Amino acid sequence: MSAEAHNEHAVTHEDHHGDDHDHGTYRSYLIGFGLSVVLTAIPFWLVMAGVLAPQLTGLIITGFAVVQIVVHMIFFLHMNHRSEGGWNMLALIFTLVIVVIAVAGSVWVMYHLNTNMMPVHDMQVMG
Amino acid sequence: MTVEHSTSPLLGRLNWESLPFHEPILVATFAVVVIGGLGVLALITRYKLWGYLWKEWFTTVDHKKIGIMYMILGLIMFLRGFADAVMMRLQQAMAFGGSEGYLNAHHYDQIFTAHGVIMIFFVAMPLITGLMNYLVPLQIGARDVSFPFLNNFSFWMTTMGAVLVMASLFIGEFARTGWLAYPPLSGIGYSPGVGVDYYIWALQIAGVGTTLSGINLIATIVKMRAPGMGLMKMPVFTWTSLCANILIVASFPILTATLVLLSADRYIGTNFFTNDFGGNPMMYVNLIWIWGHPEVYILILPLFGVFSEVTSTFSGKKLFGYTSMVYATVVITILSYLVWLHHFFTMGSGASVNSFFGITTMIISIPTGAKLFNWLFTMYRGRIRFELPMMWTVAFMLTFVIGGMTGVMLAVPPADFVLHNSLFLIAHFHNVIIGGVLFGLFAAINFWWPKAFGFRLEKKWGLVSFWCWVVGFWMAFMPLYVLGFMGVTRRMRVFDDPAYQIWFVIAGVGVAVIAVGILAMLIQFAVSIINRDKLRDETGDPWQGRTLEWATSSPPPDYNFAKTPIIHDSDAWWDMKTRGYERPSEGFKPIHMPANTGAGFILSALSLIVGFALIWYIWWLAAAGFAALIAYAIFHTFNYRRDYYIPAETVQATEDARTQALAAAAATQG
Amino acid sequence: MSHAPTLNPDYVDETGRPIFHPVEEPHHPEGHSTMLGFWMYLMSDCLIFAILFAVYAVLGGNYAAGPAPKDLFDLPLVAVNTSMLLFSSITYGFAMLAMYRNKVAQTQAWLAVTGLFGLCFLGIELYEFSHMIHLGATPQRSGFLSAFFILVGTHGLHVTFGCIWLVTLMIQVGQKGLIQANKRRLMCLSLFWHFLDVIWIGVFTFVYLFGMLR
Repeated sequence: MSAEAHNEHAVTHEDHHGDDHDHGTYRSYLIGFGLSVVLTAIPFWLVMAGVLAPQLTGLIITGFAVVQIVVHMIFFLHMNHRSEGGWNMLALIFTLVIVVIAVAGSVWVMYHLNTNMMPVHDMQVMG
Repeated sequence: MTVEHSTSPLLGRLNWESLPFHEPILVATFAVVVIGGLGVLALITRYKLWGYLWKEWFTTVDHKKIGIMYMILGLIMFLRGFADAVMMRLQQAMAFGGSEGYLNAHHYDQIFTAHGVIMIFFVAMPLITGLMNYLVPLQIGARDVSFPFLNNFSFWMTTMGAVLVMASLFIGEFARTGWLAYPPLSGIGYSPGVGVDYYIWALQIAGVGTTLSGINLIATIVKMRAPGMGLMKMPVFTWTSLCANILIVASFPILTATLVLLSADRYIGTNFFTNDFGGNPMMYVNLIWIWGHPEVYILILPLFGVFSEVTSTFSGKKLFGYTSMVYATVVITILSYLVWLHHFFTMGSGASVNSFFGITTMIISIPTGAKLFNWLFTMYRGRIRFELPMMWTVAFMLTFVIGGMTGVMLAVPPADFVLHNSLFLIAHFHNVIIGGVLFGLFAAINFWWPKAFGFRLEKKWGLVSFWCWVVGFWMAFMPLYVLGFMGVTRRMRVFDDPAYQIWFVIAGVGVAVIAVGILAMLIQFAVSIINRDKLRDETGDPWQGRTLEWATSSPPPDYNFAKTPIIHDSDAWWDMKTRGYERPSEGFKPIHMPANTGAGFILSALSLIVGFALIWYIWWLAAAGFAALIAYAIFHTFNYRRDYYIPAETVQATEDARTQALAAAAATQG
Repeated sequence: MSHAPTLNPDYVDETGRPIFHPVEEPHHPEGHSTMLGFWMYLMSDCLIFAILFAVYAVLGGNYAAGPAPKDLFDLPLVAVNTSMLLFSSITYGFAMLAMYRNKVAQTQAWLAVTGLFGLCFLGIELYEFSHMIHLGATPQRSGFLSAFFILVGTHGLHVTFGCIWLVTLMIQVGQKGLIQANKRRLMCLSLFWHFLDVIWIGVFTFVYLFGMLR
């Protein structure tokens, strides 16, 4: 089969090819967009208006960010447990685990290092 | 002794001072390299091999040829790295009683830095990548990797990184910071010269190649397995390759980012790792080891896979505990991200942090132990054949275990406070890397050489090499454990205490024995090539192999398998042989193959130019090179025709030739 | 542990004997690994950003007696910029929907709009950077600013490459139409583009919003 003929073959069978690729619809993109707008606007407002205490605000906007990322994953990236036989999801989860370890681990380690090792500190309270 | 670099718009900071005319050792080395190099170029020209080399090797997208090229790169760089080791041993054995030895600090520091960088990045990584590249498609019954062009590109990027490191020997200088280039020493203030820049760009360029290769092999293993080969029927080497490549993709970006930050500090004066203006050098150490620890598992996991294949083949038995082997490998992969701080217990993170990482480090030794027991149980009641691959495997078991145990000692933070950065540490990691990675590579080379080239390696010189390596390794590194306990720090050039000298001399003798071992291996290769007709293997399966690569001819045809095999059980080839498999002799179809391309070489060469220009501050060349790189990459994407078909008649002819060869081989065996 | 040999039930002939080669060679269509491979690349890119975020987390409070976020960040401008990127995400989505319907002109139109939003994003960001530098808040001024510029700058560089890629693809689609190879490339760019918007969520939250909370 020549490459050209094969391409046409693939084009006509486009929607049932090999992997079940979720494409989304106008509706799903608009829903995702709408959710993202809300999930962006509220954090911006919370910070700019300063209605809540900083720590609480920080926690809330972190939560909103996580939710918005999930919204993007579902509505824009069409992430699901079926794509590529589940390997995409597995790769994502593994990457997220490494990201959490690297970021949280670095913050934890560096906090301790800074406490103990940065100049002008009380040697008595190393820990 | 830093040289003042004058800058010109045309040549940046490159000028005649950059060439080492006043260093006799370098001038002599350069002369040898030039004469040898010109000799090789002359021979290639005389035998009109340039066309052949370009068409058949440099532009190939065949995973087997790329694998062989990686192995050649690794072996050549091994000779350079070993030369550095010899120089260090000699210096350390001499420099007592007021003697400064023959190397000043300016050179010695470059040598130990280059030794580490070369051995890890340009010997171990290419050799392992070459092995995985060659074997994985064959083991899974595929015809090539998922992204053949990227494969070629990855190889050339690695090679260009090696070229940069080698160039630093003759143009400018290399880093003097140790193989991980910690700031502030590696910052622009303390290392204003080109050395650290050579280090950065060599690793960044090679790193792109490595990361892409990781993506390539993961996709290949996930998508291109033969029908019926579920994950739990894959050969163990393929499993360990999958996990090693996952580690590559999930760790090299960390190295890339960290080196970008270091280069930002050096090139534009940012404050990531500076001592002032809010920088924090400890963050570099933290980040580089988040990469660094998975890196050592990248190095060892494929070799664990090799040992599994070799042990089961030469014991004539199915591998014991396949499932637990797989789980152990996966557990190691995940746990390797939880131990990194053990590389800097002494930096001051305190008891709670140190305890956590000490415990995780001890835990990670457990799955490795499980693997060892599985190998031993495989050998138990097997009919063991002590061919060279099996001998290397036994040597690994004995050597690596000692090294692993010293690792567990180092995992205890209070002990590490005494032993960190002593020669005990150096002995430990050489123990595991040489015992594990290097012995594994030698086992692999002896095991799969007949598959790649169609003839065996000659055994006598192999035995000489083996015994020299085993004896030499122990002589060279056991004294370092003693010296470590005596308190000797690593990377020392001159010593005061004469009590140390005898140990350094013994270690030096050990290195000499290893040198004989290396020479013997080179002789083994040469003798085998010269006598290849006598050593020829026509069967394709000289060891009574168990996995699919042994189903093909030696060497395999371009397309690997004339017809894709169906997998029924693990140890697929053994299963096929047991069930009376007969090779198909007809009904072949045209085979779809990827086409060769020069784009990988060109893009890598452009990357080399950009790297060199950035090192020497030749800004116009860096900008032009970068623009050319982007332009050519875009241009390459306009080429949609990247494949061709092998006609059915060609397949038929190739398979017929093999049928005849097999019949002749069977006849001579009577 | 003895192991009973298994038979692959899909490949057994009438007499129960194993078949070792399929009648029809398994078909690996061109580009069948591309989406998985590109996703793996994105995961590696995610890790690069994770490190830059980690560096920002560790060094982000090191103002070195220089300007702090409150002195520099213009939240309304960042909100506008965020919306540029968000709009570009949805317009790329519309381009993909047109692509699946094989409508070349519509696809090209939505791609062009996406590119414009991307360029707006970059323009605003460049304006923001130049303003900060003008105020003396250079990348060299402090650890905080180094971390800020490298994180936000790397994201911006990625968007820049995305725009170059987008233009290249528009040319290629113009030349060859929506052939399978071009569709694959558009799908890869789609993943890339949305991924950059995901990273931006992290940036505006943990850099800009948190910065104003410190």
